[in-house]
Amino acid sequence: MAEKTYETPLCDELEKGPYPSFVTEIKKAAKKTSYAKGVLGLLELSYKEKIGHWKHGGIVGVMGYGGGVIGRYSDCPEKFPEVEHFHTMRINQPAGWFYTSEALRDLCDIWDEHGSGILNMHGSTGDIVFLGTKTAELEPTFADLVAKGWDLGGSGSDVRTPSCCCGMARCEWACYDTMQLCYDLTMHYQDELHRPAFPYKFKFKMAGCPNDCVASIARADLSIIGTWKDDIQMDEGAIAEYAKTLDIAADVISNCPTSCMEWDGKTLKIDNSNCSRCMHCINVMPKALKPGKERGAALLMGAKAPIVQGAQLSSMFVPFLEMKPPYEDLKDFIDAVFDVWGEEGKNRERVGEFIQRVGMGNFLEVIGLEPIPEMIAYPRDNPYIFFEADEEEEEE
Amino acid sequence: MAEKTPTDIGPPHYEKFLPPVIKKNYGKWAYHEIPRPGVLKHTAEGGDVLWSVRMSTARLIATETVRWIADLAEKYCDGHVRWTSRNNVEFLTTEEKNVDPLIKDIQAGGYLVGGTGNSISNIVHTQGWVHCHSPATDASAIVKAVLDELADEFTSMKLPAKMRIALACCLNMCGAVHCSDIAILGIHRRVPEINHSDLPKVCEVPNLAASCPTAAIRPVKVDGKNSVEVLAESCMFCGNCYTVCPAMTLNDPEMDGVCIWVGGKVSNARSEPAFSKLAIPYLPNNPPRWPEVVEAVKNIVEVWKKDARKYERVGEWINRIGWPRFFEKTGIEFTKYHIDDFRYAGLSFKRTAQQRF
Repeated sequence: MAEKTYETPLCDELEKGPYPSFVTEIKKAAKKTSYAKGVLGLLELSYKEKIGHWKHGGIVGVMGYGGGVIGRYSDCPEKFPEVEHFHTMRINQPAGWFYTSEALRDLCDIWDEHGSGILNMHGSTGDIVFLGTKTAELEPTFADLVAKGWDLGGSGSDVRTPSCCCGMARCEWACYDTMQLCYDLTMHYQDELHRPAFPYKFKFKMAGCPNDCVASIARADLSIIGTWKDDIQMDEGAIAEYAKTLDIAADVISNCPTSCMEWDGKTLKIDNSNCSRCMHCINVMPKALKPGKERGAALLMGAKAPIVQGAQLSSMFVPFLEMKPPYEDLKDFIDAVFDVWGEEGKNRERVGEFIQRVGMGNFLEVIGLEPIPEMIAYPRDNPYIFFEADEEEEEE
Repeated sequence: MAEKTPTDIGPPHYEKFLPPVIKKNYGKWAYHEIPRPGVLKHTAEGGDVLWSVRMSTARLIATETVRWIADLAEKYCDGHVRWTSRNNVEFLTTEEKNVDPLIKDIQAGGYLVGGTGNSISNIVHTQGWVHCHSPATDASAIVKAVLDELADEFTSMKLPAKMRIALACCLNMCGAVHCSDIAILGIHRRVPEINHSDLPKVCEVPNLAASCPTAAIRPVKVDGKNSVEVLAESCMFCGNCYTVCPAMTLNDPEMDGVCIWVGGKVSNARSEPAFSKLAIPYLPNNPPRWPEVVEAVKNIVEVWKKDARKYERVGEWINRIGWPRFFEKTGIEFTKYHIDDFRYAGLSFKRTAQQRF
C-alpha cells in the first residue's frame, strides 16, 4: 500500500497541553501501520467538516460466533483507502483488568501484525478493543488470540462481556469475590455471550460494595452489588486516632443519611438496624470502620441508557444473597429472567423496559419472586390498579 | 486455514495475572491510605503493603505505549499492572522505594499521575469521529481539551468531593454518562433525512416504524416503493431509527452539537444514585478544541468547588442550594428546554411551596 502521510493541522492542535493526547497515540501507531495514517487523515476531515465519516454497520465476524466484531467502513474510501475497512474486535478482558507484561506484549504482537496498532484500554463495557482492521485479517487475528489464550467478547443482542471491580484482589470493602463471580458467569454463559439470541443486549456488572466503582447500577441489566447484613466492624483505637485529625461530628455523623450514628467526642455508636449501608462513614475512616462479616450481594436489575424508551437505574430484586460458588441461586435467578425476557421480550427491548411494559408485579410472578417492600421507593400513588378476577368470581 | 479455530475458551483466568502479594492477601486487605495524589497504599491484615501508582491515559492508545507500560511494569513491579474502570493504569509494587522513580519515569513519558480521592479522574468516553457511525460530536478531542484545562484537578486532591465527568457522542451513551457529576453528551437536532431509494433495500419498514419512541415514523409509498415519513413535530432526534435503518441519517455539521448534564452519581455513599439533569441544552461543535464546551465544564467545576461543602458531590450540592441558585451561581441560562416534556414529565415539576428567596 502506498505510504501516504496526510497533513493534519487540526489534529495537531490536540497534541498540545498537559493531558495525554490520543492524537500522539495515533501518530505513534502511524509509524508502523497505514491504518493509523488513514484514520488520522479521516479524523482531520471530520474536524474540518464537523461530521463523522464512518458508514453504518456491516456484518462481519469470525466462524462460529455472532458477536465480538463490529463492522466498520469509511464513507470516503477513495480519499482514505487505508481505512476502507476499519473493523473493531472486542477481546474479553481478564476479570479486574489485571495483566502481566508478558500478556500485554502478546496482545501487542498480535495487533501489530494484524491491525492498526491502536486499541482502547478499555471499551465502555470492559473489553480490550482492537480498533481497526480489514475483513481478511479477522480470522487470523482470532486464531492468534485463541492460541495465546484470549477469546472475543460480546456484541449485538447477546450477553455482553461481564465486568467487575478489583474486589478482594485489592480492596478491603469487597463483600464478595467479584473477580471469581465475573469469571464464573463469563464461562457459564459463553454460548449466550458469543451467539446473539436475545431481544437485545444483556450486561452483567459486579461491584464489591455500594460504592459501585464499575457503575453497575447505571449500566448493567443485572447489577450485583456487594453488601452486608450484620454490624459495621469498628476499631475503637483507630477511631480515637482519626478523632485527632478529623472532625467526626461534622465529617461523618452529619453526613449519615439515616442519622444512625452518635459521637460524644469519645465513643462512636452506630444503630446498625437503621444503617442503610451507604458506605460514607467507612469511606471516610477506612482504618476504623469496615463492612460487617455476614457479607453477600444485592441483585438489582434493569439499568440502561436512554435508547429506546428512556434511561433507567437498576432497581432492587433480591436485597441479600450469599455469593458462594457455584452460585446456583444466582444462576437460577438469571435463567428465570432469560427464559421470560428471551421468550416475550420485543426486538430491541432491554429487560428493564420489558419489566416496565409487562408490569413489575407480573414479572415477579413469572420469575417466582415474592413482592416485598424492599423493591420499591414507595407504593403506587395512583388508583389505576389492574385487579385480577379471583377464581371463584370467574366461575360464576 | 486448515483447522477451525477453537471457540468459547473464554478469557484467561485472572489468577494468572495477579502479583504474589495479591494472591497471598486476597480478601485479607485491612485498609488503604492515599499518601499523595495518584498513590494508593493498601495494608493487609498480616502487615503486607501494596503500593499502586495511578497514571492517566487517553484510553485510545498505541501498542507502542502498551509496550512501554509493560516495560515500566517490569522495571518496577515484577511485570504487574492493571487498568481501572476509568481507563487509568495502576502500577502495582510492594516496594515503597520504587514509587518515586516510577512516577518520574511516567512523567518523563508525558503521562500524568493522579486521579485518586477528591480529584477529577479520567473522563470516561466513547469513540466519536474516530470510529463510530452515529456520533453527533467527537469524543476524544473534547475529553482532551477539557482535561488539558482541568489537569491540575487530576494531579491534586483539592476538590470538595470526587468529580466524575463522562462523555457520550450520541444518545446511545456507550458509558455511564447519564449518572455523572458532569456529563457531556452529543446531540442531533434535526429530523432524519430519508433516502427513499436506499430505504426499501436496506431497511424493514415495520421494524423501522416500531423503533420510534414517539411513533413519529409512518409507513408510506414513495414512487410506488415502500418507505416512511417522519412527523417532524414528534421527533426528538434520538437516532433510534438510524440505528435500525442506515437510510435515515441525522448527522449534520451545523445542527449537531453538545449538551451538558449535571448532578448524577452511581455511588450509594450518603445520597442515593441519581441521574444527571440538564444544565445546558446546546453548545456548538467547534473542533478541534471545543472552547465553548471546555469553558462551560470549567465554570461548573469552579462554582461547585467554591460553594460545595466537604464531601458534597455536584448533585448533593445542588440539592442543598436548590436549582434556581445553581442557575444563578453558574450564570447558566434557564430555558423551556430544561423542563421535561417526555414521559412522566410532571414528576420533575416543583410540587411544593417551599422556596428560598
